[in-house]
This record gives sequence, structure tokens and C-alpha cells, in this order.
Amino acid sequence: MKIEEIRKDFPILKDKEIAYLDSGATSQKPKYVLDKIQEYYNKSNANPHRGAYSLSIESTEIYENTRKRIAKFINAKSPEQIIFSKNASESLNLIAYSYGLENVKKDEEIVISIMEHHSNLVPWQYVAKKTGGKLKYMYINEDYELSKEEIESKITDKTKIVGITHVSNVLGTINNIKEIIKYAHKKGAVVVVDASQSIPHMKIDVQELDADFLVFSGHKMFAPLGIGILYGKKEILNKMSPFIMGGDMIEYVYEQETTFAPLPNKFEAGTQNVGGVVGLGAAMDYIEKIGYDNIEKMEKELVSYARQELAKLDFLDIYMTPNEKNHSAVISFNIKGVHPHDVASILDSEGVCVRSGNHCAQPLLRYMGIDSTCRASFSVYNNKKDIDKLVEGLKKVYNMFEKYIKKGQ
Amino acid sequence: MDEMYDEIIMEHGMNSYNKKKLEKCDFCEKGHNPNCGDDITIQLKLNGDIIEDMAFTGYGCAISQSSTSVMIDVLKGKTIKEAKEIIKTFIEMIKREITDEKELEKLEEAIAFKNISNMPARVKCALLAWYTMEDLLEKNGK
Repeated sequence: MKIEEIRKDFPILKDKEIAYLDSGATSQKPKYVLDKIQEYYNKSNANPHRGAYSLSIESTEIYENTRKRIAKFINAKSPEQIIFSKNASESLNLIAYSYGLENVKKDEEIVISIMEHHSNLVPWQYVAKKTGGKLKYMYINEDYELSKEEIESKITDKTKIVGITHVSNVLGTINNIKEIIKYAHKKGAVVVVDASQSIPHMKIDVQELDADFLVFSGHKMFAPLGIGILYGKKEILNKMSPFIMGGDMIEYVYEQETTFAPLPNKFEAGTQNVGGVVGLGAAMDYIEKIGYDNIEKMEKELVSYARQELAKLDFLDIYMTPNEKNHSAVISFNIKGVHPHDVASILDSEGVCVRSGNHCAQPLLRYMGIDSTCRASFSVYNNKKDIDKLVEGLKKVYNMFEKYIKKGQ
Repeated sequence: MDEMYDEIIMEHGMNSYNKKKLEKCDFCEKGHNPNCGDDITIQLKLNGDIIEDMAFTGYGCAISQSSTSVMIDVLKGKTIKEAKEIIKTFIEMIKREITDEKELEKLEEAIAFKNISNMPARVKCALLAWYTMEDLLEKNGK
């Protein structure tokens, strides 16, 4: 599989002369996925679970078959463990409200890492405040990684919930979630894994990981915006109260009482984003067509090249682990003395799209002693030319600012 | 893009002489853009109705910092009424709401930011100081 062939699958990359290096924010979409969504709306659109007519039944079948397809993709035991949401944030809020609020008691602990995205942090702050529980952080070491000692000193017998991102959206660090889950289970805690930044790049097997909850967004893995997944262990999901209430998540509704539908409907109130579900299923087809083996191989080569080329620029501060095997497809950096927003604007004028800011990870950046960074993140459609454009763009920015930076020092 | 990062913006954005603390000031106001991390505090010293001195502290991109610094240069020595007019005109210029180009003359050096109106991603950076100043005057009943 050649990168140049893969690039052809993405219409936006054919039409625009850009080095798109912001796949960590959202990936571009292949024609295959876009066609499948259009096909659904052209041929099969109706409100699922509602009508007795054949078109509604067809829509329902597509919806439920895609659930099965997604369950298989992450190796869930059964399809009803797959709950559709809007995005990873909504999935995490569901867990925080329906599990967190009901299972954390005063002085019990929620442990998360300092590298969490706000979506796996703010909800836990809320749960801790509401329940009188304590929110504790696992901090990174000088290699931007979580050490075994740190993990084992923070997760204790008092820990009820551990929230951990599989891959940091700022540092690209791959956390050893299998070990974290194993240790947390030994201490009796339930583990919530945010796989948003990992599933576009590596195979996820929820049973092998033994994750209690695992969430991700579709849009970072070639699916459209607005569709997310919550996976949970069945016995846990069954015991949880619903999160959003309304149509389709009920059995019988009386004036003062309601009985709720079984999984997965209990957690899927209102008309769902079936087009998005179809797109997510198609995105998984697309990933399997390329194969995670190939994705990992190609991305590894690309990230390796990016690490090497960026390291040559002595005017950069780069925030990444020295251990390449623990580093996914994200690199954060700063031009010393230049604000990332200026860097990103000038790179944009050179056709290079990078993100700048705090990446929804303010506590992490504060811990690192910086306000913001530029972030380049990669996908299978990126080639070495994209990296070269980034490097050339950065040299240009540095040249523009050089004499002013020196003055300021 | 190269034109936008011109001498004025670079000098004011990277090494502003207005970036300091006033020994004495009457009012101060904080402004920030949470998404990009721009964070400034503006200090104001009045002499009756006239803006006698201003300064700022904080951090952010060259656009937000230079816009703050240039604003200070332009507003110093003006009456509060004049300052309000200038702030209003600057905001309208960035939002492309000015029909009569002549109005821009009162912006003096701040006219250098006119091209920002073509860069939606940077509008917030350029406006931060001006909105903060507007807030400062409003909150203090000026």
C-alpha cells in the first residue's frame, strides 16, 4: 500500500494544495465514507425503530448491523455494549453522570493523568465536587511519560475510577493502558479509557485490554463529525441509570413512572445520527481495507522522519518522549520566543495546517510551564513532502522573527 | 502574510515599550482569549478627563500584543470621549463595518491592523485590547 494511492482516496487533498497536519483535531474523509453516507440518505433514509413500513425497517437494520460491525471492530463481546453518542465528550459525560455520580462516595478517589483532554477531566472534577470525592493526578516524568511508580503510587485502595487517555493529544505519548487497567483492577477501580487519539492509528481490542469503559469519536478516524462511541462492560452498563431521557429509551411510560429499555437503547434517547453511524461503519471498512499493520508501518516511518527533521531545527522546543516506540502521530513544539498563534498563521499562508493553542489540555501545559504549543498531527495520507513543507515553513517563520526574538532576550 | 507582520507589528508585538507596570494607576482591566491563551492587563491613569498614561502586562501572540501597544500609543493624551470614538472605529474597521474610509484617519498608527479584517482567525487577537479597554471604561462609568 502506497501513501500516494491512499491520498487519492481523499477528495479534499486532491482539490487543495495543503499539508494537512491537524488530523489529531479531525481527520479528512475518504470518498468511500462520503459515498456510503450519501447512499444511505439517497436509498435508505427513515427514522429507525419508529415505523412499521419497510423503509424504516431498512434504516433500523442498517443502524443495528453497523452496531454489530463496530462491536466486531473493537472486539466487544456483544453489540449492545456499543452505545452511540455525539462524540467522545458526550460518552465521557454519560459515564461521569450515570456511573461516577452514583459510585463515588465522600473521600473516595478518582485518579486521572495530567495529560487528559478537558473532556476526560472536567466531568471528573464535577463528579468529585458533587460527591465529596477526591480528584488525583498522575504526573508525567521528564520523558513526558507516566512511570510505573507514579501510576502505582496514585492508584490506591480508595480509588474508584481511573480515567486515562490511551494517547496524549498534546504529547503523542502512548500510555501503557493494559498495565494501568491491570493495576487498577487489582485495587478494585473501574477504568475509563479515552481512545480518541489511538483508534485512528492502532488496533483496539477491548477484551484484551479488559477496559471497563472505552470511548472514542468517529471524526478523528475518517468518519463524519457528530458520531461517537461508548463501550462498556455489560454488567456495569446494565446497573447504570440512563443519562439523556426521552423517546426510544423507554419501555412503558405512565404519568408518574417510567420503565427503561434494555441496552443499548437505554442510553440512546431521541432520533439518532444514523448517517453518522453509517459513516463510522464505512470508516472502519476503510481502515480494515488498508489494515492497521500497514497504517502503523507507514505512520511509524513518517513520525520517525518528522522527529528527525524537526530535531534539526535548533530554534525549536519539542515536547516529545525520547522513546520512539511510545510515541504516536502527534508532535507539539514551539519556536523559542514566538507565540504559536503567529507560527500557525504564517504556516497557514505557506499551505501548512497545524493547530496552535492549549489543545484542551490547560492543566498539562501549566504543569509543563508553557501557555500553548503548535501541534502537528499525522495520518496515513501524510507524506514526507508534508513534513518538508512544515520544516520549510518553520524556517521562514524563524527568519521573520529572528531579529526581534534576539532583541527580546 | 509577510505584509501583515510588518515593522510596526513586530516592534510593538515583540518588544513593546508600553509593556510595563505603572507606578500609580486609576483603573486596570484584564482581558483574555481562552482558546489561544492571549492574556493582557491594561492599566490606565487619568488626569481629569484626559488619559494621562497607560501601560500593559501579559502575554500572547504578536498580533494581540502589538495591537495592545499601538492602542496605548494612540489613546494616550486623548479625552475619554475621543478614546471611545477611536475604539469604536477600530472595532468597526476590523469587523469591516466602515463605509467612509476617511473615518479611519483618527486611528493614526492603528490603521496598520486594517488587513487583519481579511484574516478571520486573527480578528480576536487584534480586538482583545480594544474590547478590554471598552470594558474598562464601561465598568468604571466612564
